[in-house]
Amino acid sequence: MDALDRLLVNRLQGGFPLAERPFAEVARALGTDEATVIRRLARLREEGVLTRFGPLFDAERMGGAVTLCAMEVPPARFEEVTAIVNAFPEVAHNYEREHRFNMWFVLAVADPAEIPGVIGRIERETGLPVLNFPKEREYFLELRLDA
Amino acid sequence: MELTAVDRRLLAALEDGLPLVPRPYAEIGRHCGLDEASVLARLRAMIEAGVIRRFGLVLHHRALGYRANAMVVFDLPDERLRPAAEILSRLPFVTLCYRRPRRPPLWPYNLFCMIHGKERRRVLERVDEAVAAAGIAAAPRAVLFSRRCFKQRGPRYGLLASGKAA
Repeated sequence: MDALDRLLVNRLQGGFPLAERPFAEVARALGTDEATVIRRLARLREEGVLTRFGPLFDAERMGGAVTLCAMEVPPARFEEVTAIVNAFPEVAHNYEREHRFNMWFVLAVADPAEIPGVIGRIERETGLPVLNFPKEREYFLELRLDA
Repeated sequence: MELTAVDRRLLAALEDGLPLVPRPYAEIGRHCGLDEASVLARLRAMIEAGVIRRFGLVLHHRALGYRANAMVVFDLPDERLRPAAEILSRLPFVTLCYRRPRRPPLWPYNLFCMIHGKERRRVLERVDEAVAAAGIAAAPRAVLFSRRCFKQRGPRYGLLASGKAA
């Protein structure tokens, strides 16, 4: 990443313009041109620096629900259980962590009432109990990293 | 906010994000039967209603060199949790801060934070800084470093938006 990439990445973590030519507006603010901004973003996406570009929705305000879940997976079964869990479209992301509870994943569903059912299916398919940690209160929103 | 059938089509068209073309909103509109002005108006309304919480890029933190990421959890009495969480959430390296239920006896912790860093040693230093700032160095805590990330994407909005509650 060069200086322009860093500028772009730091600037575009929020507040993308709602305008007919949004990339042209961003380019003007950064002293470059529309085609350069588009090309840089396309390259960052190809390189895997960006996972997503666009609106980030609040599932709860859309009537949906998100929850964090944890499992204690026997090390010998880790790959197998990962494949089962990741196959659920409701699983938004999944991390292996260093702890007795070594698998942590986030479920996102359209209707809060679906959560127990999805957890039940994961428990049945893996044969392992799932701990559910719904958020009770959020103290911060934004994931902002400096490039 | 009550989402209409049109909104849901718009959300589904945005599932993979905004296309990288000069007029992305016109392009999205073509995929869901809306003109450019209507796409912009609906998105503006969703931002105002908080349905869209942020509009921009999501970084793959590992690709940026943020290889160490730790979920740091604390067991705090209710009356101390809120003031501590408010201090923690204002620290620049604490990216998320939630109160969640304890699951005794397996899991005693009720405050969950994420701390990112380019290396593990740096994350641990930041944990020390954070507990000192919040005055919770004596509270039981655990630091769960991530070893691997298997899936990192946002929720599937088409899936969310297709639900009856949406």
